[in-house]
Amino acid sequence: MTPRLELRGITKTFPGVLANDNVSLAVMPGEIHAVLGENGAGKSTLMKIIYGALSADEGEIRWNGELVRIPSPTAARHLGIGMVYQHFSLFETVSVAENIAVAVDEPFDLPAISARVRELSERYGMPLDPDRLLHHLSVGERQRVEIVRCLLQRPTLLVLDEPTSVLTPQAARSLFETLRVIAAEGCSLLYISHKLEEIRELCDTATILRAGAVAGTADPKTTSPAKLAALMVGSALPETHREPARPDPTPRLEVRGLDAAAEDPFGTDLEDVSLAVHAGEIVGIAGVSGNGQAELAALLSGERTLSADDDALRLDGEPIGRLDAGARRRRGLAFIPEDRLGRGVVPLMSLRENVVLTAHARGGMVRGGMVRRDRADAYARRVIDRFDVRCTGTGAVARALSGGNLQKFIVGREMELAPRVLVVSQPTWGLDVAAAAFIRQSLIDLSRAGAAVLVISEELDELLEICDRIAVLYRGRLSEGRNRGEVTVEELGLMMAGGSAAAGATEPAGPAAGRTGS
Amino acid sequence: MRLQFEPRPTPSLAAQVLAPIAAFALTVVFGSIFFLVLDLDPFETLHVFLVRPLSSANGVSEWLLKASPLILIGLGLAIGFRANVWNIGAEGMFICGAIAAGWFALAFGDGDHAWLLPLMALAGIAGGMAWASVPAFLKVRFGTNEILVTLMLNYVAVLLLGYLVRGPWRDPFGFNFPQTALFGPSALFDPLVGVYRVNTSIFITLVAVGIAWLFVQHTFTSYRMTVGGAAPAAARFAGFRDSHSVWLGLLAGGGCAGLAGMMEVAGPLGQLTGHISPGYGFAAIIVAFIGRLHPFGIVLGGLLLSLLYMGGESAQIMLRLPAALTRTFQGALLFFLLAADFLIYYRPRRVGRR
Repeated sequence: MTPRLELRGITKTFPGVLANDNVSLAVMPGEIHAVLGENGAGKSTLMKIIYGALSADEGEIRWNGELVRIPSPTAARHLGIGMVYQHFSLFETVSVAENIAVAVDEPFDLPAISARVRELSERYGMPLDPDRLLHHLSVGERQRVEIVRCLLQRPTLLVLDEPTSVLTPQAARSLFETLRVIAAEGCSLLYISHKLEEIRELCDTATILRAGAVAGTADPKTTSPAKLAALMVGSALPETHREPARPDPTPRLEVRGLDAAAEDPFGTDLEDVSLAVHAGEIVGIAGVSGNGQAELAALLSGERTLSADDDALRLDGEPIGRLDAGARRRRGLAFIPEDRLGRGVVPLMSLRENVVLTAHARGGMVRGGMVRRDRADAYARRVIDRFDVRCTGTGAVARALSGGNLQKFIVGREMELAPRVLVVSQPTWGLDVAAAAFIRQSLIDLSRAGAAVLVISEELDELLEICDRIAVLYRGRLSEGRNRGEVTVEELGLMMAGGSAAAGATEPAGPAAGRTGS
Repeated sequence: MRLQFEPRPTPSLAAQVLAPIAAFALTVVFGSIFFLVLDLDPFETLHVFLVRPLSSANGVSEWLLKASPLILIGLGLAIGFRANVWNIGAEGMFICGAIAAGWFALAFGDGDHAWLLPLMALAGIAGGMAWASVPAFLKVRFGTNEILVTLMLNYVAVLLLGYLVRGPWRDPFGFNFPQTALFGPSALFDPLVGVYRVNTSIFITLVAVGIAWLFVQHTFTSYRMTVGGAAPAAARFAGFRDSHSVWLGLLAGGGCAGLAGMMEVAGPLGQLTGHISPGYGFAAIIVAFIGRLHPFGIVLGGLLLSLLYMGGESAQIMLRLPAALTRTFQGALLFFLLAADFLIYYRPRRVGRR
């Protein structure tokens, strides 16, 4: 049988980076083919080449056996290639049908499009109402919009880039059902992911990329996860070590009945959020992003202050609701935001200058109104050494660091402050396995050394790995914390979808607006 | 094959040095072609523009005299610009500084007071700051746009000055000209050398350059303002207050512009008239950006712009070029200069397509 798509010797270089190095792979008709690899392994570059958003420096692409050139996404669509990006490109203020109508290469005929959306969504088990406005949709539903939009063009190859990164485990499972139906009808699927479990569950073949090159091809159903991981990382997966928590009886950080309206019109209001974090433990907040995480993080860090209701936030028993981020930091509350460049650091400033941002009150870094460069430099050097930040020195501009090294720098900068409470948002988002493991271990060590740590993360696996207690944020409401070991992935998944353990596994729709990628 | 620009990971040092040189070379090339098309001898014309103004002691004196207020105002504006506070009202602040200083000069100018000049300088600073505090208050309190408010206040200041010199402050022995009486000697700066107009106020500018450099390079206040301008989210994350930057940015610009206004009326003018500024307040915005908002850069920028003004005048006089043409040439140099700056942060890359 002729492969639907065949790549031979694809090579693509960016300045200083060999993104794809002689990559070859073949996808058969009706096959679900995984492309597995770490962040930065070259998966996205390869997909962009297939979809015509980038052109390869070398190599050839064969489509149903014929040599083709794909100069643009339009050309890719004409061949029959559809692409579902990780971050959606949808308009918040118009309906599902309108979102689809503007993106397909055919006349703008809303009734006809609506009818076909209904038909497709029934056929593939993806409930979707074409007349609803997009900002009423949950993240899972938004993804269905993207998928239906592709299916309308009757693709014979569908590329999906990390499609489950925004889904609850249950929503991911129902997506897999849909994908299996699509594949059974003869459409090939290229499934990009770094999650081993779901690839083992869904895919027929896996091509594993490492550092831009093909590290191996395997049948994921018969290959052990350890073997797949070893191919992906190049060595055994790093493990974190944790001792049992011995939390202090009095809470360090306390949130009591916090209500806050969102500042962003498409944001999420927080309702009656309560939680307590004790010294010596890590508490996790799970949830699909867009359920109030950004709002909660800003209120905890002090980037947004409370005007009234001072009692809702307490640090060591003292109300801190009215204090700004600097004042809270002086009392021992450090924060690591999910946006690194531009929020965690100033992109065009050097590392030496960037430590002053949060560490200025420490070590006599500012005296008589003057910044003492030597002190800042010494602090930056300590962070670089202790947290193994790869850079050209303390004078390196923050923007020049890779994502993993930048996050190590930010985490190190905050940890050097020896905080009493550390709040971290998406600590390992977009990092490679080694850097992520390093940062998780640092968080564990900090808590075991006596700090209270609160981790807000979309990655359930990460929270289960490092947290002592986990609560779930859904539509601005926070569930009770559940002890590690007393809660299963399934239960957490249900809570992330707003259900109690008794409710069904479907993801309810509603006005919980999600982040549509940024 | 096409050309694409991509951001540099680190601003290039070589480009920082080469950018102004390249800009100058491009201007010379452009100017030569431009003048050739106009049937002028490019060599002679460029000479008149760029060399001639500085070939006499009086020329140098005038050059410094014009550069001094441009630099002083530019220093103040740059402090605000670094914090994304867009003050384009230096013209009005300059005028208000001159008015405040002028009041003291008119009230006490007859006697021989050693304290009068320092007092006028303080009044100039206060006058400029008072004018700047209007947009600062409105922005912090009501969130108004400082660009609009500062711009509009320029016109108010011009009209206020016009009213004073035509009304209450008009020189009773001035044949009804719209101007005040001449200031007494103790209200004027001494000339630096002999008969030339450049005066001792230039030392104020020099000291201001030093203070501005110290402030920008070393103080925590300036650090906070720079963070607020470069990455507002990072400033919130750090807990730096926005309103402080707005107040400080505008007051620094107002104080410097007001002081420059005082130096102008207590220097070459020696009185208040309806037109005390040849547009220094606006030109200083360009000076600040040519200088990349750095105090030393602003010194060079002020000297360059001052030279361009004089070159333009000498070309009008000696070559009978219309003013519009001289401005076109000036504009070209500024354009190339700012365009070349782009290469410090971006680099061109050839993109192959097959």
